[in-house]
Amino acid sequence: MSVTPTPSGDGTVLFEFLQRMGDNALILGHRLSEWCGHAPALEEDIALANTALDLIGQTQLWLGLAGEVEGKGRTADNLAYLRDATEFRNVLLVERPNGDFGKTLMRQFLFDAWHLVILQALRSAADKRIADIAEKAAKEVAYHLDRSRDLIVRLGDGTAESHRRMQEALDELWPYTGELFIGDTGDAELAAAGIIPAPESLKGAWDDVVGETLAEATLKKPADGYMHKGGKRGVHTEHMGFILAEMQFLQRAYPCATW
Amino acid sequence: MYAQMVKTDGTRVKSLDDMEPEERAFQQRIEAGQKIEPKEWMPEAYRKTLVRQISQHAHSEIVGQLPEGNWITRAPTLERKAILLAKVQDEAGHGLYLYCAAETLGISRDEMYEQLHSGKAKYSSIFNYPTLSWADIGAIGWLVDGAAIMNQVPLQRCSYGPYARAMVRICKEESFHQRQGFDILAKMVKGTPAQKAMVQDALDRWWWPSLMMFGPSDDASVHSAQSMAWKIKQNSNDELRQKFVDQTVPQADYLGLTVPDPELKWNETKGGYDFGEPDWKEFFEVIAGNGLCNAERLGARRKAWDDGAWFREGLLAHAAKAEARRTTAPAAAE
Repeated sequence: MSVTPTPSGDGTVLFEFLQRMGDNALILGHRLSEWCGHAPALEEDIALANTALDLIGQTQLWLGLAGEVEGKGRTADNLAYLRDATEFRNVLLVERPNGDFGKTLMRQFLFDAWHLVILQALRSAADKRIADIAEKAAKEVAYHLDRSRDLIVRLGDGTAESHRRMQEALDELWPYTGELFIGDTGDAELAAAGIIPAPESLKGAWDDVVGETLAEATLKKPADGYMHKGGKRGVHTEHMGFILAEMQFLQRAYPCATW
Repeated sequence: MYAQMVKTDGTRVKSLDDMEPEERAFQQRIEAGQKIEPKEWMPEAYRKTLVRQISQHAHSEIVGQLPEGNWITRAPTLERKAILLAKVQDEAGHGLYLYCAAETLGISRDEMYEQLHSGKAKYSSIFNYPTLSWADIGAIGWLVDGAAIMNQVPLQRCSYGPYARAMVRICKEESFHQRQGFDILAKMVKGTPAQKAMVQDALDRWWWPSLMMFGPSDDASVHSAQSMAWKIKQNSNDELRQKFVDQTVPQADYLGLTVPDPELKWNETKGGYDFGEPDWKEFFEVIAGNGLCNAERLGARRKAWDDGAWFREGLLAHAAKAEARRTTAPAAAE
C-alpha cells in the first residue's frame, strides 16, 4: 500500500504519529495488566483486563500500520518488542506507576478523556486507514471513559478517605496531562494535511469533560502550572526502562525464536 | 479438578429407608435425574457440601489468576499477550458465576472471601506451584485446564441446577483455553532447542501436580460416596485421573515430549495406560499450606482485599449519598 502523501513526502512524520498512538495504548495496557488478580473487587479485575485487552488490540492496529508506513518490513511485534526506550513515543502519563487503585483510575480517566476526543477527530482523517482504526477504537474507548468517569465521581464523592486519595492522585498526575496537547512541527504538518487534529485543538473538549467530571466528583481541579513533557520525542522517565525490560524479556533473551 | 477432597459432614450414606419422608422425596428426585433449585428443600448437609465445593471452585478460579498473571507483562508477542489477558479475564468471570451460584445457597461473596482469607476454605493445590517460564503458561492451559475439564464436564450434569448451568458455559471456555495452551507448546517445540527444552522442563514440573489435582484415591471415602449419591460427583478420582492420562499421553507424544514417569506403559488388557503414583506426601503438604507459593498466593489475595477496602467503602458511601439525594429531592422541590 502506498504511503499517504504528507507535506514532508516520506511518511516519517506519519510513522512518528502512529507510534505515538500505538505506544500510548501499549504502555497503558501493560500497566493495567500489572493489576491482574490484585484489584479491590472481582468486577474490577475483569474490567481492567478487558480495558487492557482493548488497548493491546489497538496497539496491534496502530503499530501494524506504523510498520507498513515505515516500509522497512517491521511488524507491530518488532516495534513493540525490539525498540529501546528512546524510540518509544508514548506520553509520560501512561508510564506512571500504578500506585493505589485511585491513581490507576485517575490516570485512566485523564487519558481516556483525551483518547476519546482524539479518536473521534481521527474518524474523519484524510487517511482512510487511520479513520478505520479510529472508528473501531473510539467505540471501545467510549466505554473506557464511561467507566473511569463514573468511578472518579463515585470515589471523589464517596468517603473522606476516598476523596482524599482521589484528590492526591489528581494533584500528582495533573502535571503529566499538558504533554497531550503540545504539538510539534510533525503534528503541524499532519494537521495541515487533514490527517490528524492539531493537538492544541483537543484541549477545549478535554477541559469540558474533565471539568464537569471533577466538579461532580467534588474534586478541586489543579492550576495549570508547569507541565512535564518528553515522551512524545522519546525522552522518558526512569520507569520506562523497567517496563521494557519486563515486556521485552523473551524477545531479547531468545532473539531467533518465534512464539 | 478445582475442588479437591470436599467433605460432606456425614459418617455414612443413608439408605432410602433410613430417611425421613422429606429427605426421601429429595433423594428420589435426584435419582430420577431432576435438578434441585435454590428455593427448594434440601438436606442441610447437601447445602453445606455444595457451598464447600462451589466456593472452593470459585476461589481456585480467582487464585488461578495469579500464576498466569505472572506472565501477562512478559508475554512474547502482542497476540499471545491478548490471548492470555482474555483467558485470565475468563477465569475471573468463572469466579463470578461460581460465587453467584454459591450465593443461591445462602452465603454471601464476602463471607466466602473471609473463609478464603482465614484459610478455612481451600483452593486447588495446583495454584501453589510457580510459573517459571513462558512454557508454563502453555502447560497450565494444556494440563491444568485439561484436568479441570475432566472433572467439569460431568459437573454439567450435577444435581444442583445453578452449579450445573454455570458449568456449561465454563466448560466451553475451558476447552478453548486448553487448545490455546497446547498451541503455545506446539509452536515452541517447533522452535529452537532452547524453546523445546523449556517445554520439556514445564512438563517435568507440571505433570505430577496435574495428576494430583484429581485428589487421592477416593474409593473408600464416605464423602465421595455421599457426593455421588447426591449426584454432585459422578466419577471417582481414579477414573478421572485414568481418563486424563489416557487422553494426555498421546498429546505429549505428538509434541515429542517425554512424560516424566518411568512406570508409564500402555496396558493392552485394560485399554489404558498404567502409570506411577504421585507423591501424596507432597500433595498433603501443599494442601496444608507448605507449597512453594501458598504464602504468596494467599498473601496477594488478602492484600488485594485489604488495600481495596477504601475503594469498596467509597462506592458504598456514594451509593448511600445518591440514594439520600433521590429521596429528599422531591420533598425539597415541593
